[in-house]
Amino acid sequence: MKGTPFEKKALENINLEIDNGEFVALIGHTGSGKSTLVQHLNGLLKIEEGEISVAGMQTKGKDLKELRKKVGIVFQYPEHQLFEETVYKDIEFGLLKQGLEESERHRKICETAAILELDNALLEKSPYELSGGQKRRAAIAGILVLEPDILVLDEPAAGLDPAGTRELFDIVTALYKEKNITVILVSHSMELVADYASRIIVMNKGRIHSDGKPSEIFMQGRELEKIGLGVPEITELMSLLKKYRPDIRQDIFSVDQALQEILKQLGVKQ
Amino acid sequence: MIRNITLGQYLPGKSIIHRADPRTKIIVTMLFMIVLFIIDSIWALLGALIFVATAYWISKISIKFAIKGIKPILFIILFTVVINMFMTEGNTIVNLGFAQITDQGLLRAAIVSLRVFMLITSASVMTYTTTPIMLTDGLEKLLKPLKKLKVPVHEMAMMMTIALRFIPTLIDETDKIMKAQAARGADIGTGNLLERAKSFIPILIPLFVSSFRKADDLAIAMEARCYRGSKGRTSMRVLKYGKIDVAILLSFCIICSGILLIHYLI
Repeated sequence: MKGTPFEKKALENINLEIDNGEFVALIGHTGSGKSTLVQHLNGLLKIEEGEISVAGMQTKGKDLKELRKKVGIVFQYPEHQLFEETVYKDIEFGLLKQGLEESERHRKICETAAILELDNALLEKSPYELSGGQKRRAAIAGILVLEPDILVLDEPAAGLDPAGTRELFDIVTALYKEKNITVILVSHSMELVADYASRIIVMNKGRIHSDGKPSEIFMQGRELEKIGLGVPEITELMSLLKKYRPDIRQDIFSVDQALQEILKQLGVKQ
Repeated sequence: MIRNITLGQYLPGKSIIHRADPRTKIIVTMLFMIVLFIIDSIWALLGALIFVATAYWISKISIKFAIKGIKPILFIILFTVVINMFMTEGNTIVNLGFAQITDQGLLRAAIVSLRVFMLITSASVMTYTTTPIMLTDGLEKLLKPLKKLKVPVHEMAMMMTIALRFIPTLIDETDKIMKAQAARGADIGTGNLLERAKSFIPILIPLFVSSFRKADDLAIAMEARCYRGSKGRTSMRVLKYGKIDVAILLSFCIICSGILLIHYLI
């Protein structure tokens, strides 16, 4: 929309380096530019200034196919992209585009389906007959089957119930550990980010607000609230408990850690 | 990926034309179109052109947008120009052997192309300065008398409002689905005709499915708010005729009679 009253700069002054094998979370308020940022990673959006290099390739280049093989993006509500007659065929779509052999395709699909716990009966169903959580997993399978080195997940848990969310994240973490891929997670849920990511990048109004380990990020609680984010509920609880126990640890982001700390404070031995 | 749809696009602004009642703008545009078809002298058409240019100037819409709206029908204009240039009898100016361009032909070509150009640009002023919702509101009010003849005016306006309301949503949706499929390695719109047509299937099917789902959701949401058609329904924005509208209508009448006068006198 260049040159119209609707023109808006979505991203500005982004200097970012993500190493191989990192589990990075991008967090930010709605409209902070996090989805825009990740769409640049495989050339779906083209930059107007600056440069991006992913896996040694420039995203400005002409040959985006190779780049898109390396970077798999799972969009928000990925189930909206399902279109084939059966789940199997839908997962196969990307592989067909890569021109792989039948046997090779079959092997990869079975492997991916096993990771995402999609059984054979399910693979033969129409994607529109599945439940919400199943649809989500089927759609993610369509990306994972391409075996990307860099997996980008844009709000993968939106609209899933807590159990479904856990399930999905356990799968992603297992995959991350097993295949040593890079995972970039876009989210605004602090709890999820705290539990899984090893590095957090906070976005605000198209700029990087802060970048660091979860402990570093969540220590600036007030700062985060100012830009419409918060700290995980459990961290909030710990800061409230500080009133009564001044020496209670503040760098706590999961319920387990909190439990240990409170037990310690109470002098209970396990 | 697909953001260059300009026809029927609203450009926010605060000019007099932006603030005028949609009914005024609809009436003025309609009347102007009729006038355009009545007049066929080049001087009257040039007068009308000044009127259109003034409208663009007052509404502070850049000429770029006027030209953008012309693009889709540029071919039609060129076609009529060529046909008229060669097919009208008169004094020959250029002789190509098999055909000749005449002075009368050039004049006709200019008249016809000016007329088509102004038909589009004048309608564009209306759509650029009025939100689609306001337009349908105005149309509904204007067509109200037809209700006596059992024409479902309100329902038609509602359908139009909903259709217009969902254009941006569907564009967004298409954009998203295109990106999602491109991320899976789909290449859209490449290869031969058959391949190209096939490449749209992964986009169209999800789009249809989501449209049906959206329609269903909307129907339920409307019923949940007790929507039952036009009976006893009031409007949030009550259209009011103000001084601006009277002024616009009056000056339009004067300009029109001026243009018609030129047409009849010359």
